[in-house]
Amino acid sequence: MRIGFLRKILAIVHKDIIAELRTKEMFSSMFVFALLVIVIFNFAFELRVANIKQVAPGVLWVAFTFAGMLGLNRSFILEKDKGCLEGLLLAPVDRSAIYFGKMLGNLIFMSVVEAIVLPIFWVLFNPPLFSPALIPVIVLGTLGFAGVGTLFSAIAVHTRAREVMLPILLFPIVVPLMIAAVKITGGLLDGQPLSEMRNWLNLLVGFDVIFLTVSYMTFDYVVEE
Amino acid sequence: MIEIRGLVKSFGHKAVLKGIDLEVADGQFLTLVGPNGAGKTTLIRILATLSRATSGTVWMGGFDLADASVDIRRNMGLVSHQTLLYGDLTPDENLRFYGRMYDVPDLEDRIGTVLQQVGLEGRRHDPVRTFSRGMQQRLAIARAILHWPSILLLDEPDTGLDQHAAEMLHELLATVGTKGRTVLMTTHNLERGLSMGDRVAILAGGRIAYEADKSTLDLEGLREVYYRFVGGSMM
Repeated sequence: MRIGFLRKILAIVHKDIIAELRTKEMFSSMFVFALLVIVIFNFAFELRVANIKQVAPGVLWVAFTFAGMLGLNRSFILEKDKGCLEGLLLAPVDRSAIYFGKMLGNLIFMSVVEAIVLPIFWVLFNPPLFSPALIPVIVLGTLGFAGVGTLFSAIAVHTRAREVMLPILLFPIVVPLMIAAVKITGGLLDGQPLSEMRNWLNLLVGFDVIFLTVSYMTFDYVVEE
Repeated sequence: MIEIRGLVKSFGHKAVLKGIDLEVADGQFLTLVGPNGAGKTTLIRILATLSRATSGTVWMGGFDLADASVDIRRNMGLVSHQTLLYGDLTPDENLRFYGRMYDVPDLEDRIGTVLQQVGLEGRRHDPVRTFSRGMQQRLAIARAILHWPSILLLDEPDTGLDQHAAEMLHELLATVGTKGRTVLMTTHNLERGLSMGDRVAILAGGRIAYEADKSTLDLEGLREVYYRFVGGSMM
């Protein structure tokens, strides 16, 4: 990857972080929503489900993805206001740099929220053990979600019902990713080694590689009229 | 130089531009006037590489739009009715971001220079959302000329400005924005279009209906020709 290309990706990430630090709009809504999901599910399942550990992985990923959806929705809406997306598209750079810049920004925001929500989840659901292997699984799941979500966010922002359109477009696509992430998380909470879940891990990695490549190749067509 | 040949743009079955042929020589200022829906913004968006033409060829600054869009974007600035600025960032942060995207050398000095040119050096660290519409549009000019573009596209830059702010903006464009650049500006305002441009063209019915040098026209003559091609009356 050329240095100039990388510098422009970092310029976009830097700009998004500065804007977010100033407003805290995206982060606060993502964090509060993820927290609410975990708390509500904790109370709901504690009353009805005998073994809370069976549902805990699903709850964790529902919290991550729903909160991520809020962030992804805001990501391109902020660019669309005042025509800033056009300002980005006017830059003399391959437009895939815009995709990677926005995707990296979304990945960072989601990761920060996840890093705060994960200990709270642990306290409320009290799973038996923490496996360090969970960290790369969360990173891979978040990467795939942010990767394909950034592309669909760029598509949805051009539609009239843009905030409704993104989940409708995105969730069917990320079903395999979510299933793999939940299965691996559940296995790790049960104390299984990662090597026993190689098929799910392959699916997770395969999803990331395929959809990051497809998003990189199609982003230019998505943002141009 | 901007050279457009047989440019067609259709949205589905509806052709908005039906074969545009137009040239703007190096250093020339061409004003393109036309009614709402004539396709002025569509043409500007194609030239700015924001939209793809259905057919036809465009050369800008010696580059073919079809296969050198990155080179064209490097040499081109755009001021439209939208500011393309981030409201939560300051002018300094906005220009720093765009400067990085355009690889502007000595960025710190250049930001200071353009902010001074548009009279906003005193507001360098205030959020853009606190600015009036006129100030935001002045900052938009600073953004558009930050990377020394040789071609400047102006798409109704005074939309939404009051009379005083519009006059200030056009004075600013004449003094710092357009000097030494090849300029294509779209506008509804015949008087302003004639006063600013070296040449005037009328876009009507998806084609360039009329084109003339400023020296051969006065405002009354332009109005007469405009309403002949566009329809309506001179009041």
